[in-house]
Amino acid sequence: MAGKQEVSTVRRAKHSGLLTALFTVISLIWIAPLFLVLMNSFKKKAFIFRNPFSISANPLSDGWDAFVEGVERAFHGVTNYVNAIEMTDFFEAFGTSLFITVASVIVIIVCTSMCAWYITRVHNKVTKGIYMLCLFSMIVPFQMVMFTLSKFANMLKLSNPVGIVIVYLGFGAGLAVFMFTGFVKGIAVEIEEAAMIDGCNPLQTFFWVVFPILKPTTVTVAILQAMWIWNDYLLPSLVLNINKYKTLPIAIQFLKQSHGQLDWGAMMAVLVLAIIPIVAFYMVCQKYIIEGVLAGAVKG
Amino acid sequence: MEKAIKKYFPIFVLPTMIAFTIGFIVPFLYGIFLSFCKFTTVVDWEWVGLSNYLKIFFVNGELDTTFIHSLWYTALFTIVSVVIINVVSFIIAMALTKGIRGTNIFRTVFFMPNLIGGIVLSYIWLMLFNSVLSHFSKTIVSSEWYAFWGLIIVVCWQQIGYMMIIYVAGIQNIPGELIEAAKIDGANAFQILKNVTLPMLMPTITVCTFLTLTNGFKLFDQNMALTGGNPGKMSQLLALNIYDTMYGTTGWQGVGQAKAVIFFILVAIISLAQNKLTTSKEVQD
Repeated sequence: MAGKQEVSTVRRAKHSGLLTALFTVISLIWIAPLFLVLMNSFKKKAFIFRNPFSISANPLSDGWDAFVEGVERAFHGVTNYVNAIEMTDFFEAFGTSLFITVASVIVIIVCTSMCAWYITRVHNKVTKGIYMLCLFSMIVPFQMVMFTLSKFANMLKLSNPVGIVIVYLGFGAGLAVFMFTGFVKGIAVEIEEAAMIDGCNPLQTFFWVVFPILKPTTVTVAILQAMWIWNDYLLPSLVLNINKYKTLPIAIQFLKQSHGQLDWGAMMAVLVLAIIPIVAFYMVCQKYIIEGVLAGAVKG
Repeated sequence: MEKAIKKYFPIFVLPTMIAFTIGFIVPFLYGIFLSFCKFTTVVDWEWVGLSNYLKIFFVNGELDTTFIHSLWYTALFTIVSVVIINVVSFIIAMALTKGIRGTNIFRTVFFMPNLIGGIVLSYIWLMLFNSVLSHFSKTIVSSEWYAFWGLIIVVCWQQIGYMMIIYVAGIQNIPGELIEAAKIDGANAFQILKNVTLPMLMPTITVCTFLTLTNGFKLFDQNMALTGGNPGKMSQLLALNIYDTMYGTTGWQGVGQAKAVIFFILVAIISLAQNKLTTSKEVQD
């Protein structure tokens, strides 16, 4: 009996080691594209397409010296980065994206959590109607409203980074209100009643008592909306006055469209610059991101 | 308490509702109206009835198959991506719940591409595809099927990690006693998978299937950046086809809007089916 058990543990351990090895290989292949982009961003553009899998202009089969010589020949220093930053106005686009994402997420969280609390606590036809409308908006694809929405936004002078926040609040409200109402329904009313009896008005009750309790959902909503807005291309490209303001995805797409022959060296560099902040953010907030994604998937 | 809160409608609800009206309600209703009009901006409309809807399929009395092609291409793309993403992410999730060493690192790595947006993602792969294919004097848009599999690879790379996270959570929620009981009853690994794990995972499978289904059906960014619909509109998925009709040819905005209405109805049907399936499951539980 003891012997049998031992055999099975040994087998399991062996099995586990094999799986670990297998997954190490798969994981390396899985993120290889990111490393290839990083490597190619330091190569001259002529050598990117010739062999994106090698750091050198010469194959290793030509001997080590030729290989090293090839590395020097293909190496472009930070020239690609300088070109990319200049061609895309990278820092300006980055700033625009950052501003729009942060401002929209804050506005969405404050406004929709207030709205969600109100429509859950006040029962009448209007609040019920608002809730149904929010549910309905979640199934409408953006293409359905893109033309009219962008034209109205232009007419209302919302074609700038501040105005687009209102557009994001409007189009993102459905999901956010839905998720917040789901949570508010589970909060005991007694806590709020106690606060009101102690003399809080509804605003104080909401911000001092309810809003802190909402924290898990706030994190989820913030992460889902931030991922959406940061990466969104179509909405800002239609709503913003793109001669003046470009978000990061728009700037990258413009690099392809506006300079005739696409400079792949600059493209590699701008891709690296665009990926670094996302990876950094992911490393810092991984726990929240994964929890947020899970909660969003189950509810959405 | 309700009475006290009620007076605060303008502070609590109005900001969201104003934005919601501008950002959704008015554009949606006006969009439906405009699908029956000829227009180039929102003010110069002229009522044309169903003519836009007819123009989707018939141009100058001849059958135009662009939209129907795009519909089938999208349907096929969606089915293939749903199957591959779900099967692969399920297999990875099963392996990563066995308690092997390095599980957390693997999970982190697989999920990473999901945070990178469609545009950036597509240019990474465009470089890889075209540099490899150039050795065979081909590009990713040499034929609609090159484009098809290129798009499949991109969305798989992006979504497998996401679905894996959801499957891992689902698998971890299955009570260990159930598996133990099945083992004691003499069930082999395949029987456990078929009779215990998969039935217990049905809610998770439903969620993941529909997430991938709507993602595939609504795909736009990757399509635009990777293939641009080439060769000759043959790799246009529905969303890009609508965009192209609306902004690619002047005078066709109405037809684009009519296509968008059809697109909306299709997406709504998928979402309602999902809703029905998930709620009926919940009742059974």
